[in-house]
Amino acid sequence: MVYLFVLILMALFALLPFFFMLVSSFKPGAEIIKNGINTKIELDVMSFRNYFILFKESNGIYLDWYKNSVIITGLHTVISVFLCALVGYGLAMYEFKGKNLIFVLVLVLLMVPIEILILPLYKLSVLLHIIDTYAGVILPFVVSPVAIFFFRQFAIGLPRELLDAGRIDGCSEFGIFFRIMMPLMKPAFGAMVILQAMFSWNAFVWPLIVLRTNTNFTLPIGLASLITPYGNSYDMLFSGAVASVVPIIIIFLFNQKSFISGLTVGGVKG
Amino acid sequence: MKARRKWSLTNTFLNSPKFVPYLFVSPFIIAFLLFYLYPMISTIIMSFQEIGFGEVSYVGLANYEKLLNKHYLSALMTSTSYTFWTILILIPLPLVLAVLLNSKHTRFKNFFRSSLFMPALTSVIVAGMFFRYSFGENPQTLMNSLVGLFGIEPIVWLQNSTPAMIGLVILCTWRWLGVNIIYFLSGLQGIPDEIYEAAAIDGANRWDKFRHITIPNLKPVIIYVLTISVFGGYKMFAESYAYWQTATPGDIGMTIVSYIYQVGFNNFEMGYASAIGITLLLIVLIINLIQLKFFGLFKKEGE
Repeated sequence: MVYLFVLILMALFALLPFFFMLVSSFKPGAEIIKNGINTKIELDVMSFRNYFILFKESNGIYLDWYKNSVIITGLHTVISVFLCALVGYGLAMYEFKGKNLIFVLVLVLLMVPIEILILPLYKLSVLLHIIDTYAGVILPFVVSPVAIFFFRQFAIGLPRELLDAGRIDGCSEFGIFFRIMMPLMKPAFGAMVILQAMFSWNAFVWPLIVLRTNTNFTLPIGLASLITPYGNSYDMLFSGAVASVVPIIIIFLFNQKSFISGLTVGGVKG
Repeated sequence: MKARRKWSLTNTFLNSPKFVPYLFVSPFIIAFLLFYLYPMISTIIMSFQEIGFGEVSYVGLANYEKLLNKHYLSALMTSTSYTFWTILILIPLPLVLAVLLNSKHTRFKNFFRSSLFMPALTSVIVAGMFFRYSFGENPQTLMNSLVGLFGIEPIVWLQNSTPAMIGLVILCTWRWLGVNIIYFLSGLQGIPDEIYEAAAIDGANRWDKFRHITIPNLKPVIIYVLTISVFGGYKMFAESYAYWQTATPGDIGMTIVSYIYQVGFNNFEMGYASAIGITLLLIVLIINLIQLKFFGLFKKEGE
């Protein structure tokens, strides 16, 4: 009984913010700024106006942010999962000079807080002319040591005999990867797609630095830009927040199992 | 004819056993050289330079000497105590909850698991905005009405360092609790039931089982969560940005990474910002090496 009580309490702690976020999204922005988020539910001041502003009156800026987030997350996830799978598989399957060195470097990078590299990365992005572009957001982080490590751990468990069998049948090395191994690595792909997508949908520090123009912002950067003391766009704060969270929650509710296994398959062995 | 030869050339090239492995790992090699090694070297060099508009001069250790100022020390303190508190809460609490969620007797497990995980799906900014306005100073804000239930006077949350730290830790707990629960749950599922049954026959009570079976068996997971929490704690920035942007009154909530951002992008002192970054790297590496050595992770179990 005590168990259940503790769990209910924690579930309330997790879920109530969503409820209040939703309630606040119907209140006028000025009211939130003045009184903060509060427990009052006053139907007479609440309306769909904020959502109207979000999608209509804001000249579509919110939809731009949305579009940017979707494109960046899509591209980043697909490219990064594919490249990291290649690397992880290569490290697991082949013997070659420098293999150990590369694996050690992957492990070392797991330990480097990438935040310390933001200044030189910014300088580099200026040189490469990718500031304020999708490429600028995606490129520096497209090869992720975490994902490589994960794919390597997974691929090490694949039967090597398949490699030889494929060779005897005249399949090229990449053919073996695409036609034989990739289907076997499906669970790993599933997990990494989810984790990378979550990571890139919510990415903040780097996009904040690379993206300069309002219409190029991603959702988190756009929403953060609403809080500046110069803006009068407070009405969009919580309707924008709710609209950015709802799709992911829906996706999550339909794929709970894969989300949760995505976190467990890889993490523990580290 | 010509096309065919070309095809067979690339084909042998792509299949040469000497070369193929390097093709597979080439994305990492390129990314490593371009986006990790070059910036790494560049940030080390920059940390010994003063970088003005168009002119760069070597200044020796001057940037590192500059570190002894109250802003840096305060940022270091904030990051350290944030890391400390998040670890203190975000290891035992999810551990206990995971044990509860793993018990056969618990009902509605899926519901609890999903609801506790849901906050992890929100971006830091969304979560940060929510808590920023919940921690308003008005008596009727969410947090003040909550503490009001216990007879506590309204608190000015985000303008004083202790309540501000509580605010940051609550935000972090909200977002990460579910993720850590999942890590621990996956560890728990690897412990065979027989061990518990055997212990029960030997007369072990619930606490004995937790202490002598659960904890030792979960050690690898605990170390993993501890390690990522040290990283997460020291590089925290977005949470603080969501609460205060870069204008923190009296450095409240300014972390090491916010300080790098402020010095590098607002004051354009790239050299000094690089020096701060190097210290962050050293701190994180030292803590993790000590921690890994202490818990014996270097004795790796076989892959």
